[in-house]
Amino acid sequence: MSKFQKGMSLAAIIGLVLVVGVATAAVTALLMNISERKTEAKTPFVRLVEVDEDTTDPAKWGVNWPRQFDSYQRTAITTRTRFGGHGGSEAMPDEKIERDPWLKRMFLGYAFSIDYRDRRGHAYMLTDQEQTQRLTKPQSGSCLHCHASIMPLYRELGGGDAMKGFAESYKFSYQDLNKKLHESGHGHPVSCVDCHDPQTMKLRVTRPGFINGIQALAASDAPLPHLPSVEQWRAGSRAQPYDPNVDGTRTEMRSYVCGQCHVEYYCSTKMPLTFPWGKGLRASDTEKFWNETKFPDGEQFFDYKHAESGARILKAQHPEFELWSQGVHARSGVACADCHMPYMRDGATKVSDHWVRSPLLNVNRACQTCHHFSEEEIAARVDQIQQRNYDLMQRGGTAIVALLDAIQAAKQAGATDEQLADALEFQRKAQWRLDFIAAENSMGFHAPQEAAMVLGEALDYARQGELAALRFAAPQVAQAAAQAR
Amino acid sequence: MARQDAIPGTRRMSGTVGLALLSVLAGVLLGVGGYTFFYAEGLSYLSSDPAACVNCHIMRTQFESWQKGSHHAVAKCIDCHLPHDFVGKYVAKAENGYHHSRGFTFQDFHEPIMIKPKNAAILQANCLACHGDLVHELVGGVNGEPGEVQCVHCHSAVGHGETTGLGGPERADEIEGNAS
Repeated sequence: MSKFQKGMSLAAIIGLVLVVGVATAAVTALLMNISERKTEAKTPFVRLVEVDEDTTDPAKWGVNWPRQFDSYQRTAITTRTRFGGHGGSEAMPDEKIERDPWLKRMFLGYAFSIDYRDRRGHAYMLTDQEQTQRLTKPQSGSCLHCHASIMPLYRELGGGDAMKGFAESYKFSYQDLNKKLHESGHGHPVSCVDCHDPQTMKLRVTRPGFINGIQALAASDAPLPHLPSVEQWRAGSRAQPYDPNVDGTRTEMRSYVCGQCHVEYYCSTKMPLTFPWGKGLRASDTEKFWNETKFPDGEQFFDYKHAESGARILKAQHPEFELWSQGVHARSGVACADCHMPYMRDGATKVSDHWVRSPLLNVNRACQTCHHFSEEEIAARVDQIQQRNYDLMQRGGTAIVALLDAIQAAKQAGATDEQLADALEFQRKAQWRLDFIAAENSMGFHAPQEAAMVLGEALDYARQGELAALRFAAPQVAQAAAQAR
Repeated sequence: MARQDAIPGTRRMSGTVGLALLSVLAGVLLGVGGYTFFYAEGLSYLSSDPAACVNCHIMRTQFESWQKGSHHAVAKCIDCHLPHDFVGKYVAKAENGYHHSRGFTFQDFHEPIMIKPKNAAILQANCLACHGDLVHELVGGVNGEPGEVQCVHCHSAVGHGETTGLGGPERADEIEGNAS
């Protein structure tokens, strides 16, 4: 055999060794991969540290549930959609009241005319609240109900009874209660313990405001086809008040936990935090509830007196749970978490995405599980709904400004408060409805027809109010016209 | 000469060593490969058992929803999703098997998973395999014209139950013990 042939056979052996070696390595890698996936499928979590009712620090829970914690932390990431999220710098979102001046005019006399910005993610809920310029006016400790992991502090205030502590908390100034919160070591934004039982991980609600509100709602006769457990409770003996943690279905709990905060409420210094659900969840039901509510001193309920007109205004706060309740998704059994925290796969494990955000940023997981169209098509359908809602809402803004102008003109013409009573009542009704949709964070998507109806009513009341005011402004208008000639 | 004798001896030696080495390597590959095949329940893919389709966990939702669909008593996964002839079945098994294992290993597929046109055609053919006699007036051919309506466009719930997300519109009067 020649040297050349020997070299060739040696090279062939080396080549074959390499090929077989690489193939074996690849097969082993595949084996390990399969093994990993099998392990993932078997072991949802390992409890490495103990967590209990007082563990408000999410990082501790994150040791046991790293996947959920990982996505929870992403709520610090800036996200934007066409109508949601924020422009402006990373440090501070844009002012909504600068972008839509009618909002500022509407809120004159209320702290929201000082500072009202685009939202940021859950991670910022406490810091953003601590920094808002609204704190230059006196604010109640009630506000922490939804901006901090506050249950241990409520228990401390109530001597172990959270409901008692909650009932006391509105008497504190925001600054005082906030100081106590940080001193007690619970200065965290919404945390795992607020929605999960630390022993079983089961979903549960903790917020006293929600528990009181849903009990009143259950006791009312408002139709609630999307909350079957309430209707079931109503059909029973009603010996115990409705308890979401006992009576609620799993699907309902996946909305209730969000409804603890994403709702309309009263949150100031005259009485405890109140969810106005005793007559139902629609804008008109809630308005009726507020109209029949009296402050402890006997005065009729209002949030603020409008600085220009003097009308006693109802301020709406983000009623997402309420508007969702009127929509087709709620009626079909789709919970908040189905779209805002859809299930995602991590290897062979199924986890609920804790990066709570707009479904528009996650169309495939949020929508395509049920809607079998392309992502572009789904996004286009949503955009159409939101654009129409936006256009109608801007029209409402124009109408509110016209109403306020008319009231000013009437006042300048010497109209008395008594003469303007009708116009001011219309202002209260119109602002309530316009604000209900403007403050709600889905740009009408949660229930498009309901949103359009509420905006339609707002427009009608604003123009009726304008007419009522113009009756008293008219002599001056006529005079001015005569002088101009 | 001693030196010249040494060469054929070495050659024989190196040949034997090389062969032995290759045999060992091939054996290792065969062993690891064989065990991987066994560990991954490779043989189950030759069966018609629906459980084989959830070996890799991705199909869990589809498997569970199939159990809630009206067809679960009369059709298993393969009855709708694979051609019924022997060759076509194994070609489709091989092709889908390749796509699925590649996707699951590299974790780079669109979610939620959606049926592709080729598999949708197989599905449509299988609807007609059973129901063809009933609908031959409505449907052009076995695979239909391009763009022709698919049975599951309307009858979407027969295979995997109602698509009501993960909850379902359970009404108060449907909850057990609440009949009134």
